[in-house]
Amino acid sequence: MAQITLVEAVNLALKRAMHDDPSIVVLGQDVGVDGGVFRATLGLLEQFGVERVIDTPLAEALIIGTAIGMAVEGLKPVAEIQFAGFAYTTLDQVLNHAGRMRHRTRGRLSCPLVMRTPCGAGIHAPEHHSESPEAMFAHIPGIRVVYPSSPRRAYGLLLAAIRDPDPVVFLEPTRLYRLFKEDVEDDGQSLALDSCYTLREGNDVTLVAWGAMAYEALATATDLAEEGIDAEVIDVATLKPLDMDTILASVAKTGRCVVVTEAARTCSFASEIAANLAEDGLLSLLAPVQRVTGYDTVVPLPRLEKHYMPDKDRIARAVRKAVAFG
Amino acid sequence: MTIVATFEIRHLRFLDEHGNAVQPLPEFARDAKDLIPLYRWMALMRAYDAKAVALQRTGQLGTFASLLGQEAINAGIGSAMRPEDTFLMTYRENGAQLMRGVTLKDFFLYWGGDERGSDFSGSRHDFPICVTIAAHATHAVGVAYAMKLRREPRVAVCALGDGASSKGDFYEALNAAGVWQLPLVFVVTDNRWAISVPRVRQSGAQTLAQKAIAAGIEGLQVDGNDVIAVRHAMDEALAKARSGGGPTLIEALTYRLSDHTTADDASRYRNADEVAAAWKLEPVLRLRTYLMKCEVWSREKEDGLLRECNEQIQAAAQAYLDMPAPDMTQMFDQLYARLPPAVGKQRDEVLGE
Repeated sequence: MAQITLVEAVNLALKRAMHDDPSIVVLGQDVGVDGGVFRATLGLLEQFGVERVIDTPLAEALIIGTAIGMAVEGLKPVAEIQFAGFAYTTLDQVLNHAGRMRHRTRGRLSCPLVMRTPCGAGIHAPEHHSESPEAMFAHIPGIRVVYPSSPRRAYGLLLAAIRDPDPVVFLEPTRLYRLFKEDVEDDGQSLALDSCYTLREGNDVTLVAWGAMAYEALATATDLAEEGIDAEVIDVATLKPLDMDTILASVAKTGRCVVVTEAARTCSFASEIAANLAEDGLLSLLAPVQRVTGYDTVVPLPRLEKHYMPDKDRIARAVRKAVAFG
Repeated sequence: MTIVATFEIRHLRFLDEHGNAVQPLPEFARDAKDLIPLYRWMALMRAYDAKAVALQRTGQLGTFASLLGQEAINAGIGSAMRPEDTFLMTYRENGAQLMRGVTLKDFFLYWGGDERGSDFSGSRHDFPICVTIAAHATHAVGVAYAMKLRREPRVAVCALGDGASSKGDFYEALNAAGVWQLPLVFVVTDNRWAISVPRVRQSGAQTLAQKAIAAGIEGLQVDGNDVIAVRHAMDEALAKARSGGGPTLIEALTYRLSDHTTADDASRYRNADEVAAAWKLEPVLRLRTYLMKCEVWSREKEDGLLRECNEQIQAAAQAYLDMPAPDMTQMFDQLYARLPPAVGKQRDEVLGE
């Protein structure tokens, strides 16, 4: 077992999957010779050749459209969009085609593709490189949206996404790519999709997050323990379809919930979770659900980035407010 | 200054608008009798089209996109492709699909608003009808890439319209097909109108075929009302693609004799003289005239054929009308390979549980 980073875990899962299944191809901008701008596809070209590790022309809709054609024709494409901020032109392909191929043909055809893309802020990147479009993708029927928050989950969930018979949008938190290492065993074992992961058990409040914010929420919970606040932390991991049962069960225990996302607040995925809690968990709640989010503004350039992203202070303030209520 | 690139676009035609051969015919058309099967398909397409419009006008079908005037392009594609090739089409290629084994009943179901119409009875590996313009051009790239990767002697054929040739997806697909030299044939049906926008406002390019040149692909133009020209161009492009020679773009010139769909009224934006002139060029009459001149077709044979077509179409229409609406839970049934519990709860809602 090796101590590796999240981006190395992505790389490890890709190598494992491509080794086990010759129908898997990787395509995208700079994924071949360069090994990807974040090096997620490093070494794949040397190991699996130019026919299976494909440097595409610079055209995002083409990359996903091509992956759709490949998937319907029997390959298993793993397509990389270089940054989530460049994924907006793929929405037509994901929404109008990938997500409905099985449905519109009554199961005659299917579209088992994975669209990987680095996602979120916090790496002092240029404009358009810090976007969090997960709610836009989660709105689309017929697909899965997966967002790991640690090297182990990145490895297991990516393997699961590649083996899934339906399209998966796999969002990778750029901020966590190299932030910490974990022991990851390259055993080819996938982790369960459509399931939340409880990262820390607690009795006073439930912190719900995904991607880099799951890491931030866990760090906040550790700090809050020193104040005597015992927080449960849930990594949603698969946003679509959402495992609301795990969140409801936790809130039934704690009575309080803070949902954290770095995306803009309006119509964010935090809003979806809050709405579900209002519908199905109202009688468990001892305090209003708090949303700690990015603001309804453009993600600022790096000099203001830290004021935009939820951090431990903002999350802790929301938790204290929830705990103090009533 | 030096010239670093030049290009030319060939225009291919065998039969003129009077049904006269203007040059020696290709092998498959040497004996006029061999063209009769093509003619029968084209007659069936036209009769189907008329029936579909009639069903829509009497409230028995949803919005329908007519292929009136585009029978030669449909027949050229449908007769040239092999069963194992993959067809990616728009909503005006029902004729070519029919020749590949999709049934009239499938089409009536589709246009009648029933998803089961896309669960094709034949050619089950072909893509569903692509309504979003040109998106399927990128899918064709993926299909052709898979064929090439697996060293299969198969070809992807992507049919689209003049409007589609303005879209980014079209250019992106063309470009990638050129880079990867894929077994892919693009057929651009230039029927002069993209709903109300005429060809002259769609592109400043002299031909749409020349758009292929920019992608490093061969482009040629054919008379899309001459089924011999369409079929011959398809034969050559498919043979080239199948033997590793790469992609081709065929621009087929025709005219949309119908409204855009049954929800459209083309008299709002184009004049009757133009349409009347286009009717003189139409493909079914052209081939029939040629066959009659060759004395392999007759008024009696024509009457018999139309009777056969109408019986076949009537039976398909009745089978469609007799088919009960799908169960209401079917909207969930093929959404995922296994319906996730979260969506399963919504399915239960529909059932009132």
